[in-house]
Amino acid sequence: MSTPICIQKAPENPVESFLRTDRMPHIWCPGCGIGTTVNCFTRALIDSKTDLNKLSIVSGIGCTGRVAGYVNLDSFHTTHGRAIPFATGLKLASPEMTVVVYSGDGDLFAIGGNHLIHAARRNVDLKVICVNNLTYAMTGGQTGPATPLDVITATAPYGTYDPAFNLPYLVEAAGAVYVARWTTFHVKQLAKSMQEMFKKKGFCFIEVVSPCPTLYQRRNKMGDALDTMKFYKEVSKVKHGAPTNEVGLSKSGEIIVGKFVDRERPDFETMMKAHLEASLGEKYIPAEAPTCS
Amino acid sequence: MARGSVSIVVERCKACGFCVEFCPSKVLALSDAFNSKGYHPPHAVNPDKCSGCDLCGMYCPDFAIHGYRPGKPEAADAAEKEKEAE
Repeated sequence: MSTPICIQKAPENPVESFLRTDRMPHIWCPGCGIGTTVNCFTRALIDSKTDLNKLSIVSGIGCTGRVAGYVNLDSFHTTHGRAIPFATGLKLASPEMTVVVYSGDGDLFAIGGNHLIHAARRNVDLKVICVNNLTYAMTGGQTGPATPLDVITATAPYGTYDPAFNLPYLVEAAGAVYVARWTTFHVKQLAKSMQEMFKKKGFCFIEVVSPCPTLYQRRNKMGDALDTMKFYKEVSKVKHGAPTNEVGLSKSGEIIVGKFVDRERPDFETMMKAHLEASLGEKYIPAEAPTCS
Repeated sequence: MARGSVSIVVERCKACGFCVEFCPSKVLALSDAFNSKGYHPPHAVNPDKCSGCDLCGMYCPDFAIHGYRPGKPEAADAAEKEKEAE
């Protein structure tokens, strides 16, 4: 019988220094894609040489919401759907910070849907990473706003009959400056996309289609997580700049991935400063960044 | 002589099989052994073929495995990785 190897004196896993290792192993199911996105995120942080003292992660509630609890960075685990308002406040109070919102499709598009579209409209300088597992996973697999048609869920035993949100289309229409979609199969591309996002100013959005083997794939007889990854490999098509109204997801149709939108728009802070300076003149004193003592 | 090697934290593994499936040089296989949670962690069946590309490390959702290239200064390693990415 063969035994697993564990080589001593190996260099540390690059992700290790970003984790609260006392909380490992995490509670995500075997094959859940969230851990893979965290790998890509940490690789992107290392490669883009982001100052970790000027970075904070804000998460809402849900499986993906737990990322804030597992990464050893300045992180906030906020109430359900309120990751974006919290992050907006954080960004306005400390404009030099890079604020990343790391949350799921249910938290960002259902409970926090209104906040998301208004942050995109104002073009607040936030980096939003949305792990889309197509269902409300933490509460038991109910129909969510991103669940495609004809899918069995806990609340739709005969299949869903209401159309899903097309997340990139919605976010682009609301005014985001950077919109991309990848699946957990596209790890290198996802890490590169995250690096691009860190450099961009304004509301950036990356959707990561991720397997939920326990609740979504199992109920729909789509196999385990590995089968889902093979499925992603088979059906995804890279189409950079594809019109976002054509990239909606379906149960077994093709998944169009790539960078859909990369445009320039003045962000909220720039607009606010320019306007207040123009209307108040010398009376306007910009707020100073708070200092830690 | 293998260019790289993998390091596995057996106790974190949940045996999803991503590393085994997506290793470009098919270095890994799930072993017969169990960890304390009852999962079969991977082991290197073709260690000579490992290039240390760290794709397993990027896929692993449980942060249990990563690839590395031993005996090289970090700067040279990074430069080589960059070259490969191009």
